[in-house]
Amino acid sequence: MLDKRKIRLATTSLAGCFGCHMSFLDIDERLLELIERVDFDRSPLTDIKHCGPCDIGLIEGGVCNAENVHVLREFRRNCKVLIALGACAVNGGLPAQRNHLDLGQCLQEVYLTGEGLVNGQIPNDPELPLPLDKVHPIDEIVRIDYFIPGCPPSGDAIWKFLTDLLDGRTPRLGHPLLRFD
Amino acid sequence: MKQPTFLLDGMPVPFEEGQTIMDAAMAADAFIPHLCHHPEFKPQGSCKLCTVKANGRHVSSCTMQARDGMEVENNTPDLNDKRRTLLQMLFVEGNHFCPSCEKSGNCMLQALAYELEMLSPHFDQFYPDRPVDASHPDVLLDFNRCILCELCVRASRDVDGKSVFALSGRGIGKHLIVNAESGRLADTDFSLLDRAAHVCPVGVILEKRKGFAVPIGQRLYDEKPIGQQMERLAARTAKVEV
Ligand code: SF4
Ligand code: SF4
Ligand code: FES
Repeated sequence: MLDKRKIRLATTSLAGCFGCHMSFLDIDERLLELIERVDFDRSPLTDIKHCGPCDIGLIEGGVCNAENVHVLREFRRNCKVLIALGACAVNGGLPAQRNHLDLGQCLQEVYLTGEGLVNGQIPNDPELPLPLDKVHPIDEIVRIDYFIPGCPPSGDAIWKFLTDLLDGRTPRLGHPLLRFD
Repeated sequence: MKQPTFLLDGMPVPFEEGQTIMDAAMAADAFIPHLCHHPEFKPQGSCKLCTVKANGRHVSSCTMQARDGMEVENNTPDLNDKRRTLLQMLFVEGNHFCPSCEKSGNCMLQALAYELEMLSPHFDQFYPDRPVDASHPDVLLDFNRCILCELCVRASRDVDGKSVFALSGRGIGKHLIVNAESGRLADTDFSLLDRAAHVCPVGVILEKRKGFAVPIGQRLYDEKPIGQQMERLAARTAKVEV
């Protein structure tokens, strides 16, 4: 019997809060149906550290530091279809609310001059990725094939989108699944 | 005498002499996307969301008078693509972070984005720096979300007789200003009882201490898409919106 090749799916969270991944888990028992059809590559669910060749990549969060850029590019190189999952990936979201502030001043205030701080120090461990001047939506860095807005998108919205895609339909979110909040 | 009619996507729409395409469509419960139009105020035709093709030419339906026998295209993929692009430009020009916006679910800009299936803002974000004005005791102004529709300008000038708001600057520098030497709302005679306090289609002019009275998910456009609410949109008056 010819085994239908399973779809490879990778997921990651960049400058996000993992809310979109939690929402992904909200598909509940449908996860079992999903793993009949897909194998997970790099994802917080597998703990695989680097993304191999995949069919679909789901990116939660925007880009706020140098490491985010590397991870995003790794996903773009390896995934045939790359999907922005959630408000932060789509338009920067909450982390981008710092964009009208000066990054240097932000770090100063948080680590040095803020109320009640003594002997503060701006973290400078070489292991820490350097923050970017501004937070960006992921489509400002690499080409993105699809967008699932929402903060977070509901489990139902994610399920509808993924099953449309897996079944070869054009993915569509109508009322009430398409939400920005 | 036979009442004049035009065809809106093939459907006959009757109208009174002098009525615009938008007014007649509203009366007939037919949805044409719009942002700067409001039945209570003089149309100004600035947002261009209501653009239709009348006898083959692009026109603003909120300012174009209907004519007998006119053929009007409205709900077509081509027009909706253009409208979606206009919405995307409005989104990236301001700071529209819906999850923390009190207007979310009641917002016309957002509702039209849902209606026209705008999944991403497409263009690069401007992330402009626009400080809020929280000076007034009862009303917060969050300029980050202003789409320059001038409804507050028209309401304050034409109904309240106060001219609290105006637009200033040109092109991308155009912005909403408050008519006080300090530029602060607290230094005007603006009041929560003003008509202008209740016309903003987006989340700029917000009543203080009323946040999230209705939970997100149970609001106007969560219940029903805007395209199915033309009757309510046509009935917007001071009484209904205060
Ligand atoms: S004004 Fe409308 S589109 Fe803008 S942030 Fe608020 S809900 Fe979203
Ligand atoms: S504040 Fe609201 S009503 Fe006034 S111009 Fe801006 S979007 Fe329009
Ligand atoms: S609604 Fe007609 S131009 Fe804005």
